[in-house]
Amino acid sequence: MKAELNEQALLKGLANNDSKAVEALYKSHFNMIQHFVLNNNGSFDDARDIFQEAMITLYEKVQSSSFVLTCQIKTYLFSICKHLWLKRLHQMDKYSSPLSIHEESISVEEDIVVFEKKDAAFAIMDRALNSLGEPCKSLLEGYYINKKGMQELAKDFGYTNADNAKNQKYKCLMRLKKLFFTQYNIGD
Amino acid sequence: MEDIKLLETIEKYLTGDLSAQERELFEVIRKNTPEIDQMVMEHSMFLYHMDNYTRRRQFTKLTEKTFQHLLTAGEWTLDNALPSKAKMIQLWNKYKKVTAIAASVAGFIALTTSAIIMYFSPSLNGNQLLQLSKAIEVIKKNQQAQGHLLNEVKSKVPENAKLISGGSGFLIDPKGFIITNAHVLKGNGAIVINNLGEELNANIIFADKDLDLALLKIEDKDFSAPKSIPFSIRKKITDLGEDIFTLGYPRNDNDIVYGKGYLSAQTGFEGDSSSFQIQISANPGYSGAPLFNDRGELIGIISTRQKLAEGVAFAIKSNKIIDLIAAVKEMDEKSEIKLKISKGNNASTAKRKDQISKYKPYIFSVRSYN
Repeated sequence: MKAELNEQALLKGLANNDSKAVEALYKSHFNMIQHFVLNNNGSFDDARDIFQEAMITLYEKVQSSSFVLTCQIKTYLFSICKHLWLKRLHQMDKYSSPLSIHEESISVEEDIVVFEKKDAAFAIMDRALNSLGEPCKSLLEGYYINKKGMQELAKDFGYTNADNAKNQKYKCLMRLKKLFFTQYNIGD
Repeated sequence: MEDIKLLETIEKYLTGDLSAQERELFEVIRKNTPEIDQMVMEHSMFLYHMDNYTRRRQFTKLTEKTFQHLLTAGEWTLDNALPSKAKMIQLWNKYKKVTAIAASVAGFIALTTSAIIMYFSPSLNGNQLLQLSKAIEVIKKNQQAQGHLLNEVKSKVPENAKLISGGSGFLIDPKGFIITNAHVLKGNGAIVINNLGEELNANIIFADKDLDLALLKIEDKDFSAPKSIPFSIRKKITDLGEDIFTLGYPRNDNDIVYGKGYLSAQTGFEGDSSSFQIQISANPGYSGAPLFNDRGELIGIISTRQKLAEGVAFAIKSNKIIDLIAAVKEMDEKSEIKLKISKGNNASTAKRKDQISKYKPYIFSVRSYN
């Protein structure tokens, strides 16, 4: 019972970007994944990447209001990592023998599909932002990501007043939206 | 100026920063102006993705920081990697021998019989998967067999060039863009051959080894571009058990071959979600061949075959073509390539044999040389 409460607390912490929860998850589960990846043709860096992707999948999952985890965190993370790693081995043409697996795992097909979709949208937004150039990139990041006000941004970027900053932001935003949606609508 | 104000209002509306009165007023305007409603929807979508992007970026940073912190604190050691590495080497050595024997057997078969052709590459996914491209010995043999024919119409393969690999491919844009598997193109140059046996020069535009997809463009004065492509690309998932068919060049002559089967699993080898499993009599050479559903929509590209189970093949999902084209367009903004995407309601009632004769001219045999 105590362990279960603890898991719930961890997931709640994860949903709120609590660094203690993230650290606890890394501490208790990364070793298992490291073992798995190293035993199956991968490197320490591979293990780090795969585990990070699994953490992001879990993070995205706990954000949703309908979220329910039907198994232990450990099992969930392992299942995601297993799936992602098999896929990567397959893509690298490295798959050579049945995997050595000692852990229990569950089917995570649906979550992977959701993850991949979000991953694609993330990559498209990232590319769109990075191809904007300056000052557009920093201006929009300042407004949408760092949630700064127009007054503050005007000061940061040396515009004479907030209206000028607004004008500039509008132009940049239109470009970003165009870049994002052209790619997004193709890839859907 | 008006536009700026409008977007600002939409943004405030969506983030809940309008006063109750302003909000009410805006909602009336939105209701009566479809253009504004459309803008609200679009911007709401954009903000949704921007929010996701922000959250994800912050979380990724947090994981990186945490990982680095624990690593420097000595939480993990790399020592436990050693025994397993030793095990891997052992496994590889064992496996290498098997591969070598298998490869020589395959070579023997290819040289002595022309019926079953196997291509074995040691870099493949273990010995379980067999790529469906044709062994080059057979292509060579085939050229000799057709000797006088090939001499009459001079081959477009450069004189000193060696054919390396081959498979099938198909047009996706009337301007001469052809899709095939990346592994079909092992050489630097390529030619394609249509169902009438005419050779055409083609440039390799783009190859994505991860997706196992490649894009060719026919660059040949003899190519007469069709007006349009008869089939469209299906974006949505195809249902299990749905009837499917393919057209490709699996044999060692230039005859197009029809194969039919059904979709047997939504995912590919070991749960790969970018491909699916099909039950079809796939022979080597079908690699890169298009896969159609009953309505004649393009649903995939045949790629690899599991060695042991006869009739089991895998196909890359057609939405990956859309991804590939997006990648190409990103590299070259001037690219004029256009895809015909299925709207999902143009159910073709054409008979299968009519579909086949209509599609045939758009499907090519692909050969790659160095």
